[in-house]
Amino acid sequence: MTEPGFLDIISFGADGWGPALAAGAWMTILIAIAGFAIGGLIGTFGAWAKISGGPVVRGCAEAYTTVLRGIPDLLVIYLFYFGGSAVVTAIGQLYGAEGFVSFPGFIAGALAVGITSGAQQTEVYRGAFRAVHPGELEAATACGMGRFLKFRRITVPLTLRHALPGLGNVWQVVLKESALVSVTGVVELLRQAQIGAGSTSRPFDFFFIAAMIYLAISTVSGLILQVTERRFSRGVRRG
Amino acid sequence: MDIKFALETFWSLAAALPLTLQLATTSIALGSVLALGLALARLSGILALDLFARTYVFLFRGTPLLVQIFLIYYGLSQFPAVRHSIFWPLLREPYWCAVLALMLNTAAYASEIIRGGLLSVPHGQVEAARACGMGRLMIFRRIVMPQALRQALPGYGNEMISMVKATALASIITLMEITGVAAKLISESYRVIEVFVVAGVIYLAINFALTRLVAFAEHRLNPQLRPPLPISTELKGETH
Repeated sequence: MTEPGFLDIISFGADGWGPALAAGAWMTILIAIAGFAIGGLIGTFGAWAKISGGPVVRGCAEAYTTVLRGIPDLLVIYLFYFGGSAVVTAIGQLYGAEGFVSFPGFIAGALAVGITSGAQQTEVYRGAFRAVHPGELEAATACGMGRFLKFRRITVPLTLRHALPGLGNVWQVVLKESALVSVTGVVELLRQAQIGAGSTSRPFDFFFIAAMIYLAISTVSGLILQVTERRFSRGVRRG
Repeated sequence: MDIKFALETFWSLAAALPLTLQLATTSIALGSVLALGLALARLSGILALDLFARTYVFLFRGTPLLVQIFLIYYGLSQFPAVRHSIFWPLLREPYWCAVLALMLNTAAYASEIIRGGLLSVPHGQVEAARACGMGRLMIFRRIVMPQALRQALPGYGNEMISMVKATALASIITLMEITGVAAKLISESYRVIEVFVVAGVIYLAINFALTRLVAFAEHRLNPQLRPPLPISTELKGETH
């Protein structure tokens, strides 16, 4: 058997790794989206807690963001992966299962990425909400809007407008962080590249391709974000 | 929580602390030099240098650090030329691969912070210095650099904290720093919470100390923001 060339590796042919790498890239995007969405949920609650919570709630939110910004993401991933496995194993033993039951890496990874990005998104939403003019919220109340209607029609669109640039940064961080989920064995882009590197003895080619795919994903999503940003700030006068 | 186990964990993790600190300081120190070079290349006005720095920053900020570590640690050995070069004794070591990857990565982020700092110095000050007859190097050393440093310090502090966190990735290429030891302890004992809490506290302590250090440096570098020292009462009492 001859050594495969660089193009053979990325090809979609019989011996090519193209389909596998594409599937890995798709998994990376899924993890990133799941993590970002969980982070968005946590971030919304965190920002709400910091803005209008009592001293205890605010203190909890403050502690959460401080801790999560101070410890490595890899440690959080280990916590969810091993911690999840410990819980699942304990539950399994209750129902008579024997030995170690491992927690699905995808869920552990998405949760871990979500919790770390939640801390960042809390700060983004909090800052963006402070940029919303209080008069606009008062006007909504004066129009007789209820809490949820006001939140949906006024607060969310106005906050998002200011939050989008910050959210774009968080998304890029999340995308790169999703590479760490490979330690749990989820076959995302980096793990797939590792598998390929291991079975062909061409590690540089595989990691190089992985790097290029990450670059492509982040560039394309960056462009999409730019368009969205422009759309959300249609009503703002420029220059 | 088992206090005795947590204490044991603390001592084994504390033994790994020097490696974490060493990785962080070495890569931050080497990275800052490279970052300054990149920032100056961006501002040099020479197209080739500018393009090189832009591409560098784009590549290193757009890809995950872990991929960069793998490219250096596993990837480079694919080429016989690298394996036979004089750098091989260094590139064979996971420690130096980790330092190299961390340094190249932080240089990309830090160069943008430094560039922002350099751009923040008002042009009038450079003109004034030139009018005083200072040479280019002296202007940089005495006028531009001190003010750029002051501006860039808060951003650089954040970058240093993310570098401390990034050293955790070195554990994936077999280096037993804090996270590496923590992962080993977890997989041996299955006591996730204790190990996580202890490791988390150590990282938080490092980053807290680092934040205080940066705040202190900021305080020292910004004397103009401090309230003036009170004039002593003895002087006030003097009359002519």
